[in-house]
Amino acid sequence: MAVTDAPKLITARFDQEDAHTLAGYESSGGYTALRKALGSAPDAVLAEVKAANIQGRGGAGFPAGTKWGFLPPDVSPRYLVVNGDESEPGTYKDRLLLERDPHQLIEGVLIASYAIAANQAFIYIRGEMPFAHERVAAALNEAYAAGYIGRDIMGSGWSLDVVLHWGAGAYIVGEETALIESLEGNRGMPRLKPPFFPAVKGLYMQPTIVNNVETLSNVPWIVNNGGAAFAALGTDESAGTRIFALSGHVRRPGVYEVEMGKTTFRDLIEAPVYGGGIRNGRGLKAFIPGGASAPWFYEEHLDLPLSKATVDKAGSMLGSGAVVVMDETTCPVRAALRVVRFFAHESCGKCTPCREGTNWLEKIMHRIEEGTGRADDLDLLLDVSDNLSPGIAWPPRQTTICPLGPSAVSPVASSIRRFRDDYVAHIDQGRCTHD
Amino acid sequence: MTDIAENGTEAVRGVAVTLNGRVIDAQPGELVINAAERAGVYIPRFCHHPRMQPVGMCRMCIVEIDTGRGPALLPSCMIPVAEGMVVETESPVTRKAQDGVLEFLLVNHPLDCPVCDKGGECPLQDQTVAFGPGESRFVEEKRHHEKPIAISDVVQLDRERCILCDRCTRFAKTVAGDPLISFVNRGNETEVNTFPDHPFASYFSGNTVQICPVGALTATPYRFKARPWDLDQVESTCTSCSVGCRVAVESSSNQLVRYLGVDVDAVNWGWLCDKGRFDFEAVNSENRLARPLARQGDDLVEVSWSDALTKAASALGGAKERHGSSSIAVVGGARLTNEEAYAWSKLARSVLGTDSVDAQMGDGLPSDVVLGLPRATIDETCAAGTVVLLGPDLKEELPILYLRLRDAVVNHGLNVIEISASQTSMTRYAAVSLRYRPGEAAVLVQELFEHAGDVDVQADLGRARALLEANNVVCVLGRPSVAERADSVVQAALRLRSRVPGMRFLSALRRANIHGALDMGLSPGMLPGRVSLEEGREVFTEAWGQLPGSVGLDTAGVLRAAAEGRIQALILVGADPLADFPDRDLARRGVAGAGFVLAVDCFATDSVRQADVVLPAVSYAEKAGTTTNIEGRVSRLHQKVTAPGTTRPDWMIACDLAERLGGDLGFETAEAIWDEIERLAPAHSGLTAQRLASSEGLEGIVAAGPSSILETTMDVTATATLPVDGYSLRLVSTRKLYDNGTLVQQSPSLAPLAPGEVVRANPADLDRLGVASNDRVRVASSRGAVVAPVEADAAVARGTVLLAFNQSGSGAADLIDVSLPVTEVRVETVGIGDREVSG
Repeated sequence: MAVTDAPKLITARFDQEDAHTLAGYESSGGYTALRKALGSAPDAVLAEVKAANIQGRGGAGFPAGTKWGFLPPDVSPRYLVVNGDESEPGTYKDRLLLERDPHQLIEGVLIASYAIAANQAFIYIRGEMPFAHERVAAALNEAYAAGYIGRDIMGSGWSLDVVLHWGAGAYIVGEETALIESLEGNRGMPRLKPPFFPAVKGLYMQPTIVNNVETLSNVPWIVNNGGAAFAALGTDESAGTRIFALSGHVRRPGVYEVEMGKTTFRDLIEAPVYGGGIRNGRGLKAFIPGGASAPWFYEEHLDLPLSKATVDKAGSMLGSGAVVVMDETTCPVRAALRVVRFFAHESCGKCTPCREGTNWLEKIMHRIEEGTGRADDLDLLLDVSDNLSPGIAWPPRQTTICPLGPSAVSPVASSIRRFRDDYVAHIDQGRCTHD
Repeated sequence: MTDIAENGTEAVRGVAVTLNGRVIDAQPGELVINAAERAGVYIPRFCHHPRMQPVGMCRMCIVEIDTGRGPALLPSCMIPVAEGMVVETESPVTRKAQDGVLEFLLVNHPLDCPVCDKGGECPLQDQTVAFGPGESRFVEEKRHHEKPIAISDVVQLDRERCILCDRCTRFAKTVAGDPLISFVNRGNETEVNTFPDHPFASYFSGNTVQICPVGALTATPYRFKARPWDLDQVESTCTSCSVGCRVAVESSSNQLVRYLGVDVDAVNWGWLCDKGRFDFEAVNSENRLARPLARQGDDLVEVSWSDALTKAASALGGAKERHGSSSIAVVGGARLTNEEAYAWSKLARSVLGTDSVDAQMGDGLPSDVVLGLPRATIDETCAAGTVVLLGPDLKEELPILYLRLRDAVVNHGLNVIEISASQTSMTRYAAVSLRYRPGEAAVLVQELFEHAGDVDVQADLGRARALLEANNVVCVLGRPSVAERADSVVQAALRLRSRVPGMRFLSALRRANIHGALDMGLSPGMLPGRVSLEEGREVFTEAWGQLPGSVGLDTAGVLRAAAEGRIQALILVGADPLADFPDRDLARRGVAGAGFVLAVDCFATDSVRQADVVLPAVSYAEKAGTTTNIEGRVSRLHQKVTAPGTTRPDWMIACDLAERLGGDLGFETAEAIWDEIERLAPAHSGLTAQRLASSEGLEGIVAAGPSSILETTMDVTATATLPVDGYSLRLVSTRKLYDNGTLVQQSPSLAPLAPGEVVRANPADLDRLGVASNDRVRVASSRGAVVAPVEADAAVARGTVLLAFNQSGSGAADLIDVSLPVTEVRVETVGIGDREVSG
């Protein structure tokens, strides 16, 4: 495996200064895909996206074309909702797509809405990303003025209205049903699925497709170049390219668009064009392969390819594409505590196990890290984890509505299983052994 | 799938679900938690409530459910059954998960059960004792909050005990429609609270205390009054208004301490309004009349029952002898049980010989209209094609009927046409809301059918007309305002009925057992069982010995006659005309002009203080019997505590008086009275005590009455628009739930909730008059004047002014002249020096 010479599908304009403006976008081929899509039937566009076999880039990795196909026919109104509430720790790819190439997303929204016969779309942007909000708002205004959005778009007879919505600062709103609740003006709390699968009963109880920013940003390229060209990239099971947000103890943290399935974690972390290796030449302790919710990976996982199937099979996930690297000096207890604290802070409070359990886990971890841990705390941590996520298996089972609670179990279980000695040392010595 | 039932018809078979290895027959669409419970398997729960939409929040009811894709832990309160579903409620995985949830609920719970009101009847405590771990593994500091905090005048919140089940907040939002409490903050810091400066001022707040599964919400009137194991309970029917909610009456040490709503499908679904829930304090009041009183000069002094009865009997006997039976009148009776009302009806007709009896206080509707129109039950009204509201603000006067109709509108798409003089609480739920000028409801109805009226309301009238085409139209009919006479409202209702075939009616008269009192003949020209004096003459003459020769006077007529010196003996049975009769000037002259006044009451009201003899009566929860609600539904009342002093039940007082007057009503017990009612009253035939006491009677049994007594001679086609005086506004006077009435004022928790006297008028009218909001204004009619602060309120229609009836210092009754069709008033600002001006 190595660095492939696959084209940049969605980050091609990241270095173009004026890509965020309509003129800049059009000068580099912008809105040609829309024109092409509007010239064919919605079903043909849908077929093209299905042929591309693009998996959702938000975290769950569900094929987008299949998702669009779940909409019940002849029910209207129906909505497209763009999930731009990117909040998974270590993930910052959508923010750059929103800031640097907003028209690419808007074009994707237009084509997707056309394909699913929606006349109303919503772009939900995380509250902590004001610059992204500003750029998308400006781009929407330009697109409206240019007639790309609005009534009877480019003479096609089809109309679309796009509403930009600014989030209020809750991680859980990245979960699609919580995002829908938030969009409706309610507290951002997930709905139980079933019965509320958004494709059937979503926003305002109408059929709704919720797609990630990166997923939709791929759509113009797919329409311009054909689904087959997209599917030809990567592997059969993980098609196309994907943006990974690399952070932690690497020399060159950043976002990198890489070809799926043909690049490995080692490539991403060590290749000079990507991470450039671990800082100060140190060894690897662990890395998180796909966002804070993912179980940790270690040295032996470095040569796994960046593909959904292989990572799933190895007991974790590519999730939101956030790879966080921890070098050998990292205290695993403190690292796990940080992640658990995040989930406890972001628990919406709806389900008892998550509301109370994540907080309890944080308190115990905090005690251990501060040097007041007890001998039976490890068993307690694992049993509390088990009550959040029965069996502590992967993919996780859950006693909650959404996976946030079980996500807090990942760092706890991962670190205890791999670094039990570090925990025991903390407890025995009454202090953090990495200070 | 279908089976052939025994009678040969095809019956839909249920859904086969395997529950703990046993196949059960569930109903299509039924939730797993309910199907299991019907099959005898109770799944623990906290957030699930049978009268609210499930939210699946507490996670206590998670069980392993396999719908073909392998077992998963799912909330049984949110998952409907499906054919072939396998449910495991006892499996190790289920047990472990449920134990885990219970432990999670307890980690931040203060475990202060010994000092918690809920201890002993607490679902969390019960679950923990039954299934929970013996000791806590949580060694950290628990979550702390200031506690308790008052979220309303009657409800206290302890956020540390709260398990965030969303029952109270869901109730407030989805059942009461008063979303004044909500979750605030997030995750482990989540708490229930009110919004800044907006207390949980809901008429239904007490229900949240009842449905709270822990001791987080407590009611001020009950806090620390008793422990659940000291409580004694009987089931009864609330008589705070006439909806007839079923209620559990609880006492400790022979004192009432709490009412709880009882869930019956037909009426209240377990809910109570706060007035009904907390006015037990009035029964406990130290101000209760405990011993008979008789006048000595200017004072009323305590006397023995024997002396009081002798005195009363001699005055009554003397009046009858010297001035004839028609010089005696009985006013009141809505507070009585059916049995007591019957005894008084019999006493008046057969012993006193008068037909001048009236349980209504001039603020209701003619009894032949109330009793004679074809009826609909609450359920039938909620399921109607269209409902016409022509009456008072239901939220203020019949709160639980409001909840039921609101539910029907919000959750089942009921179409409501509101016809009112100003906006009400139902306006926002109405498909069409039409305004009529006070006194001209009938005009509006005519315009409705004749395509007349102003251009700007044509669209509304058209929509209303279309809705009236529906099958099965029900009219909720009451008295919209006491500042207009009942005639126009009755005419409007009859005109509607003449144009809408098959229209049925649900009464919206508010006062306690007013429908039972009317059923028992406490209305001039009426006899028990919804028959007229003439219709029933033969039967009742034979049974009672004698009947008055002609129809007597109603309350207004009695007061007028008394003012003119034609009433020698006025008996007030739980009646306070000085406070309740719309025309205070007439009430004052009537009570003063009566030769002798006998009052039978629980409290020394203004009218009672004018009496010559006062007989103290037992109150609610101190007596057994039956009561009748707006539907005509007869349900049982039970005694829970003993009455104070030497008070007696009203039926016994009627018997005592009869005896002193040489008669004999023939009753030894209240039960004997019911037997006679069942035997003689046509509408109640077959409604035996046995049936009422059976399971069938638990939610009451509707007395199906004949409707032949509606003999109105009113011309339903004539329309009189009243001349408009350009300088005047028309007064609208309605009741608020909390007013100056005895029940509220004698309940310390409720008395401060009465809003007091405020004049409300449309901002445009105030502008025109040059009056600013919050000014003190003088409101003057031909009858008198009152001075009160004014508030601009766009909910009040232009050309009208709203003044709540019977508020503290209330003057609405000082403005109303019941001989006029409407009350025209002038409004002007008063300076500081004018404050003394009053009627």
